[in-house]
Amino acid sequence: MTDHDDLDGILAVHAGREGALLPILHDVQAAFGHVSEPAIRRIAQALNLTRAEVHGVVSFYHDFRDEPEARPVLKLCRAESCQARGVEALAAALPENPRVKVETVYCLGLCSVGPAAMIGHEVHGRLDAARLGALVESLA
Amino acid sequence: MTVVRISDDAAALACGADAVAAAFVQAGCTVERVSSWGMHWLEPLADIDGTGFGPLSPDDVAEVLAGTSDKAIGAIAEHPFIARQQRFTFARAGKTRPLSLEDYAATGGWAGLKRARELGPEATIAEVTQSGLRGRGGAGFPAGIKWTTVAKAAGPVKYIVCNADEGDSATFADRMVMEGDPFMLIEGMAIAGHAVGAGKGYVYVRSEYPHAIAKLNAAIALAVPHIAPFEVEVRVGAGAYVCGEETSLLNSLEGKRGEVRAKPPLPALEGLFGKPTVVNNVLTLAAVPWILSNGGQAYADVGFGRSRGTMPIQLAGNIKHGGLFEVGFGVTLGELVNEIGGGTASGRPVRAVQVGGPLGAYHPPADFHLPFDYEAFAAADGLIGHAGLTVFDETADMSAQARFAMSFCAAESCGKCTPCRIGSTRGVELIDRIRARSGRAADRVETLPQMHNARKAPRTLGDEIELLEDLCETMKFGSLCALGGFTPYPVLSALKHWPEDFGVDVPDQEAAE
Repeated sequence: MTDHDDLDGILAVHAGREGALLPILHDVQAAFGHVSEPAIRRIAQALNLTRAEVHGVVSFYHDFRDEPEARPVLKLCRAESCQARGVEALAAALPENPRVKVETVYCLGLCSVGPAAMIGHEVHGRLDAARLGALVESLA
Repeated sequence: MTVVRISDDAAALACGADAVAAAFVQAGCTVERVSSWGMHWLEPLADIDGTGFGPLSPDDVAEVLAGTSDKAIGAIAEHPFIARQQRFTFARAGKTRPLSLEDYAATGGWAGLKRARELGPEATIAEVTQSGLRGRGGAGFPAGIKWTTVAKAAGPVKYIVCNADEGDSATFADRMVMEGDPFMLIEGMAIAGHAVGAGKGYVYVRSEYPHAIAKLNAAIALAVPHIAPFEVEVRVGAGAYVCGEETSLLNSLEGKRGEVRAKPPLPALEGLFGKPTVVNNVLTLAAVPWILSNGGQAYADVGFGRSRGTMPIQLAGNIKHGGLFEVGFGVTLGELVNEIGGGTASGRPVRAVQVGGPLGAYHPPADFHLPFDYEAFAAADGLIGHAGLTVFDETADMSAQARFAMSFCAAESCGKCTPCRIGSTRGVELIDRIRARSGRAADRVETLPQMHNARKAPRTLGDEIELLEDLCETMKFGSLCALGGFTPYPVLSALKHWPEDFGVDVPDQEAAE
């Protein structure tokens, strides 16, 4: 977190909002790629919360990171419906690519067209080994 | 100029609908992006004057337009998958543009809200009560009773909260409503607000649904003049499955950790920010406009036993014809899987069907006679939950599925209550030992002389199975919410119906099952 002006701007947008912490954290995560310790201090101060309370919230939710992820992320669904459609075999056979982060997600709501993955907001269904491999390669 | 209608639902997008739409535009057609019919195995599906073509790739476009495509499926509305359904909530699916107020109004939109305003709050709740509508999120609590409680609660500030944290695998009906018919959900919330005296509604949508979030935000902006003075706001979850539990969701909306609250107090009396709150699932609220415009009795006339109306059932996993099938309660599991779903996509025999998401039981084909009904599934040690079906073929390893259920609970537990937080982790370890058939010798602590009550003898496989059943019992009755309380359903059902996968010797008679 280097730019405090941006953070203050985010806090100003949400000032006075009911239950503002999650929307603020989403915006901070989107703007800076993670929620840093200095950001937690500043948010806690603005919302009249303790740092521990804000840290507790940040660490509770899978979406918020405390460190930036430099690599592009592919979210691969490995919930039951995608398991039934063979995602475990795909995941096991996927060659390791150090330049791409393949994350597990539990359910993208594409359970009838799995195995499914999401890159940013872009969704992909009916994956097989070749298509999944190509997606990972396209990010590298 | 030929008008081609193609869905912009996320399931269609995931199958390449944008590229197909672009190819039609390239060929000189006008493309309208509509909601999905719910026949997901045919996505991307093109609808030209009511005739369907699918699943298409951009290469098929020329043949479709030339009339020589072998992807033609005939009239979509007469397709057996569609013709067999009773679509109340999904009446507009495939037919309207999701963000077109014109399309919405032309297909009966806002009629429910108009009638609710004419009837007044009390009579509106009476219609919902008469319809027999039960919470579609899984618990099946009568919506009319919940609304009455909130309406009678004292206080000037009340809230409507729509639970759109659809985290269960095999469920996507909420997503389809939000992406395909967002005005219907907004109208349902406005009716609820009018009925109980709430001025503000929140839709809590999971962050894994960016398309639904975008559509809802756009729809809310357009709907303001229709629902005013009622206000609706979207709030985005942050990847915690447990926030689908209503009290955890309320904490999350308040900006706290999504930890479960003990009940009582009921959210209906002390909910969001301590105020009386209606918390209903997307499908519950989305059913309300139909009930108000057609009357509660018309809805109650459909159904089975105490389960009234229709259920949007989601067919998923290893199934040939996956998608959304809305029908009155009472259809059997076997009809859904074999006749409507066409059996497995892999062509192998069905081994198990998980009904109700990660917390639902695994059912063997021997249960295929079960009618889709809250009580019938409860009597068979299962639940219908949010009505998602995941079909597995014979290659499924059921002890691995049981292990997954425990590990999922461990990963997603909010940590508030011990049976769920610790029981799930011990459950994973226990199932790992059962799968390894290793048994377990007494460990260092157990052999200490001061551990008088600890068992000193090694545990056999049989002991471990007994321990697993005991652990499940503790989780089932000792957990605060459905996450820890229902995780035993998949585990115990797998153990009961497929003991051979856990290394238990079964008599020949049962093995033949």
